Amino acid sequence: MSGDIWVLAEQWRGRISEITYEILALGRDLADEAGVRLEAVLVGSHVRGLADTLGTADSVLLIDHPLLAEPVTPTYADVLAPLLADRSPAAFLVPLTNISLGIGTLLAGELRLPAVNFCRDAHFVDRRLRATCVLYGGKIEAEVTPRGGATAILGIWPHARPPEKGHSKRLPGVEEIAASPDAAPAIRFRRYINPPAGDVDLTKQEALVAVGRGMRSKENLELAEALARGIGGAVCASRPVVDQHWLPLSRQVGKSGLTVKPKLYFALGISGAPEHVEGMRKSDCIIAVNTDPQAPIFNVANYGVVGDALELLPVLTRAVEGRKRAGGGAG
Amino acid sequence: MMKIAVLLKMAPDVVEELEIAASGKSLDFKSLRMAPNESDEHAVEEALLLKERFGAKVIVVALEAPEVDEALFGALANGADRAIKITGLRENLTTAEEADVFTRVVRGEIGAIPDLILTGVQAIDDLDGLIGPLIACELGLPFLGVVVGLSPCPDGAGMVALKECPGGVRAEFDVTPPAVLGIQAAERPPRYVPLAKLQAAAHTKKIELVPVPLPTDPVNPLIEVLRMRRRAPAARAEMLSGSVEEIAGRLCEVLAGQDLIEE
Repeated sequence: MSGDIWVLAEQWRGRISEITYEILALGRDLADEAGVRLEAVLVGSHVRGLADTLGTADSVLLIDHPLLAEPVTPTYADVLAPLLADRSPAAFLVPLTNISLGIGTLLAGELRLPAVNFCRDAHFVDRRLRATCVLYGGKIEAEVTPRGGATAILGIWPHARPPEKGHSKRLPGVEEIAASPDAAPAIRFRRYINPPAGDVDLTKQEALVAVGRGMRSKENLELAEALARGIGGAVCASRPVVDQHWLPLSRQVGKSGLTVKPKLYFALGISGAPEHVEGMRKSDCIIAVNTDPQAPIFNVANYGVVGDALELLPVLTRAVEGRKRAGGGAG
Repeated sequence: MMKIAVLLKMAPDVVEELEIAASGKSLDFKSLRMAPNESDEHAVEEALLLKERFGAKVIVVALEAPEVDEALFGALANGADRAIKITGLRENLTTAEEADVFTRVVRGEIGAIPDLILTGVQAIDDLDGLIGPLIACELGLPFLGVVVGLSPCPDGAGMVALKECPGGVRAEFDVTPPAVLGIQAAERPPRYVPLAKLQAAAHTKKIELVPVPLPTDPVNPLIEVLRMRRRAPAARAEMLSGSVEEIAGRLCEVLAGQDLIEE
């Protein structure tokens, strides 16, 4: 067993994902704690140039093959498994993103390794790896340790560390790893479909009124629209609202949707699951309204209101309009 | 005809208060209200859509848990051909144990491996991995997750799966069955089952009970939970209280401070 720390360096469509740098920073901390090497594992086709951006790692294990051009989950797992089995690092940190989801568990299942999911931090305590996991929609935190001394597969949430900490100008050493991916796998990439242009570009809005399951029905979204009009913003949504087809995919914020950084993000009836927070946590000011005082959204909000958004919205919109009238503004 | 197995499990309803057990290492399951895992409900819906559009036999397999009968009768009422409830389980199974149980039932009760095995892409309690990939490994099948649409290939060979990528981009994949697919969302919201329809299903349809006993203690768990706790709320937020009017007034000040109310 090498005892090193490995990070899956996620790349997609020719770019290293931001979460890779976050996890490199976490991996660097772990490797330094344990006095071992940090290796980044980069998989793709014609991605050698990307390896140079991974200098936070001591070196890069590069698996570059034309059949690995797109991230097909079982194909990536198949080329990683023999490498992992052969070198047995102490831990392999894998991003919990739509691109990489499933790779870690496939490796754990295939090689009978311990998997720890939903990690947001990890340390060595008495030389044993200990992960802090956020589960149950962000409401519960668990301290978890892998057993048995085999390589632990850790699925890492976004924002485990600031991405800036994972950048380095140092050029890492690169070791090329030979691989022979299945030329006719059961799951094969066909094509990408870009999203239809939305009626509103959420990323350019100064104010977003975000609606979640707590709005209870599509009809109630008009209350949010009214507030958005009042403050010159637009309405966006968390995943459950889009899954219910109350709003189109172009309005979704979060892991599968857009990442936004408005001046104001007004979260109405949104619990604050990590998948949503990923897309809005960098907003300048976050106001959250939720009936559940334990809702994780309050952990990232600047201002919180425990209450029913449906009661607050009409009163707030009237107050906004009244203030505009009193000031003579056109709104 | 295509055969589809959908694996359904109940998960704690996070709308409710979650209590930690006296051991400090798990939730207190006696105090919990359970609800179908959200993406599992989408997996059921996607299977029913495939049946309606292209013809298929749909078998829903669920782990025994409070309220699970309602979910199974709901699936039967909506058109599922069979509903199987796995019994004889202890509470608080690890995800690896759940995958093991599902795998045994797929092998034993369903007979031939189904063309498609659909699961929710993940559950809020999947602490030791995701159930779909674990089942895929057990059965030696390929796995693709974050799926938001399925249809037969235009040339009739296999399926086309639509996977969600970042930024609203979607990727199409050819899938040669059999395969395990983790469903993120069905192409339309899971259908509502009116109470009368649910009651009618409970009278006319049957849930098959399949005992799959497990040892009392977890089988060689590969991870150990040392401690579980509720996350500290309001770590950062300034909480506003008072009447609705008072709160609205205070929020107006905040909005004005952000130059969002043009006076």
